[in-house]
Amino acid sequence: MKTAALPDERGRFGAFGGRFVPETLVPALDELEQAWREARADPAFQAELDELLRRYAGRETPVSEAPRMSADVGGCRVLLKREDLCHTGSHKLNNTLGQILLARRMGKKRIIAETGAGQHGVATATAAALFGLPCEVYQGAVDVERQALNVFRMQLLGARVIPVTAGSATLKDAMNEALRDWVTNVRDTHYIIGSVAGPHPYPAMVRTFQSVIGREARRQVLELAGRLPDAVVACVGGGSNAMGIFSAFVDDAHVDLVAAEAAGLGLSTAKHGASLAKGTPGVLHGSRSYVLQDGHGQIQEAHSISAGLDYPGVGPELAYLKDQGRLTLLPQTDAEALDAFQYLARMEGIIPALESAHAISAARKVARDAGPGGLVLVNVSGRGDKDVEQVRKMLEAAPPPRRTRARAARPATKAKARPRAAARKGGRR
Amino acid sequence: MNPRTARKPRPAPPAAAERPDRITAAFERCRAEHRAALVTYVMGGDPDLATARAMALACVEGGADLVELGVPFSDPIADGPTIQAAAQRALGAGTTLEDVLGIAAAVRARSQVPIALMGYLNPMLAGGVEALVRGCADAGVDALIIPDLLPEEAEVLAPAAAEAGVKLVYLLAPTSNPARVEAAARAATGFLYFVSVTGVTGARHAVAEEIAPLVAAVRARTELPVVIGFGVSTPEQARALGPLADGVVVGSAIVKRIAEGRSRRARAERVKRFVRSLGRALRR
Repeated sequence: MKTAALPDERGRFGAFGGRFVPETLVPALDELEQAWREARADPAFQAELDELLRRYAGRETPVSEAPRMSADVGGCRVLLKREDLCHTGSHKLNNTLGQILLARRMGKKRIIAETGAGQHGVATATAAALFGLPCEVYQGAVDVERQALNVFRMQLLGARVIPVTAGSATLKDAMNEALRDWVTNVRDTHYIIGSVAGPHPYPAMVRTFQSVIGREARRQVLELAGRLPDAVVACVGGGSNAMGIFSAFVDDAHVDLVAAEAAGLGLSTAKHGASLAKGTPGVLHGSRSYVLQDGHGQIQEAHSISAGLDYPGVGPELAYLKDQGRLTLLPQTDAEALDAFQYLARMEGIIPALESAHAISAARKVARDAGPGGLVLVNVSGRGDKDVEQVRKMLEAAPPPRRTRARAARPATKAKARPRAAARKGGRR
Repeated sequence: MNPRTARKPRPAPPAAAERPDRITAAFERCRAEHRAALVTYVMGGDPDLATARAMALACVEGGADLVELGVPFSDPIADGPTIQAAAQRALGAGTTLEDVLGIAAAVRARSQVPIALMGYLNPMLAGGVEALVRGCADAGVDALIIPDLLPEEAEVLAPAAAEAGVKLVYLLAPTSNPARVEAAARAATGFLYFVSVTGVTGARHAVAEEIAPLVAAVRARTELPVVIGFGVSTPEQARALGPLADGVVVGSAIVKRIAEGRSRRARAERVKRFVRSLGRALRR
């Protein structure tokens, strides 16, 4: 299975992907697809992007050993791909730099984006500042509150942050509103989607821009360990960091690709963001994929401790890989992620984003199972500075048990769930 | 399936070929009267089923030539605040596709006005393609308008819809190039829906001078009737836009009147009066 050949010319990954958007957007998607195709064949474009990634974003990011974690999990060698060291604090800049170059190529005068945790919003605002383009970022009102630091960062970078109060006031609603803006201003505006989601060509294009993670990591792991890893672990919300690193290993059948979705308060509850594990095929935000929905096709509200994983859909290529049996799904609860957040800080001196903490938590289990002689690569997709305040509040509200494998809700996560419930009006589950 | 619709056995619908084509007949009648058809939109289940049914009937009594019934969706990306809020109210009342089909059946029991369901693909297909087209045929729904279904993605639905005699209407926009206009014209049945503003529903007003050449370009490429929608909210606008097309759609302006009304009767009166005023505007 050579997934590099996918998607097909209509943007399909098997039964998933495609274009399910209002007609108004189709010419813009065609224009984007063509600009991207031409850019990929243009050495000058690639050279400019490489230069930006190197001198501006700080690539390549290292792969670090995690010696204390390795010892703690029983001797499996754990390697960390350090996207947290990328400029702006996450992998998101890899994509926004690529797309801003395309926007300039297409002569677009204005940039919009959606954001959940704010990482993509910050990366978009950064790229827009670098190129002197006005930028507006849609963010769910709930996320604006819980990611106040990133809101201020975006504002410092000259972007306007527009809180979205519709629906669940989180990432999916921010994406709805960004799409509506784009439908209205499509002629002069480029919409920088931050995930491997949305209508074709976004899933393929964002994967390609993020595949720099996997290309580097594959070479770095081979240099360090002399062989490919047994498993590659990444968190999955929409799936951009996961596809970024998985894409380099997807054709190596013996490399386990582990997707750590948000199990939230538990997969047996309605409060999670595990679209691959618990979703059903449907159409959301322009493509067909696995989505969290009720029996009537209404999209359900996702839940996660991490705003970046709080999304009821997932990129279509991940849906395809799941159906191919290529993915190992290992969703992690809020409590497990919160524990892993502190764990990596204490064990390795790295405070990961709460999103990436899901990958760390899953990697602990994978590495424990692999045992001595095993080799596990984890994508640390972002750093946790943005989450420190939220985590501090949660830990003060309820000091965590020393070692958690908790499945049920703890007071700490409930305290955070309350304002979300209050913000919800009239929605059904 | 909704047990209510399941329990009530209906006579088998006639085969597609022999079913009266209410849509074509309606546009032909309007053309003979030298006027554009008046197409009205209400959201199914907004704010509850009984009221929405009364509003749809008020549109018919007010003289609508074709009624659109909205199927609510949690994530309506082509809709502005007015219809978003209507969808939220309808979902808050528990409205399902089956419920909206029930409203359609109630309208059909009283009138031969053509009925189109308008809504997004995900809730339309949640119960399966067969259930959708069968439900439409049974309820007397003539057409489906799905803003996020492009002609090139329609193979999931088009064959089954054709089999059941349910028309599939595609939307065109000011941004559509000639090749897309031709593709939509080839694929569509019933009529074509020209989105008169680059934007979401109810966002702003269509300007006749700007869209006249665009609509003319569409009409030059199709035999199908072409209706104008998304930016029409007053009788004056309907009067200005009517001569450009075969029909004019008014949605958000009606939904707003329903939202502002108090009693069901007062709302129905208000909607009926408004629809009448739109119809008068188109006759001049």
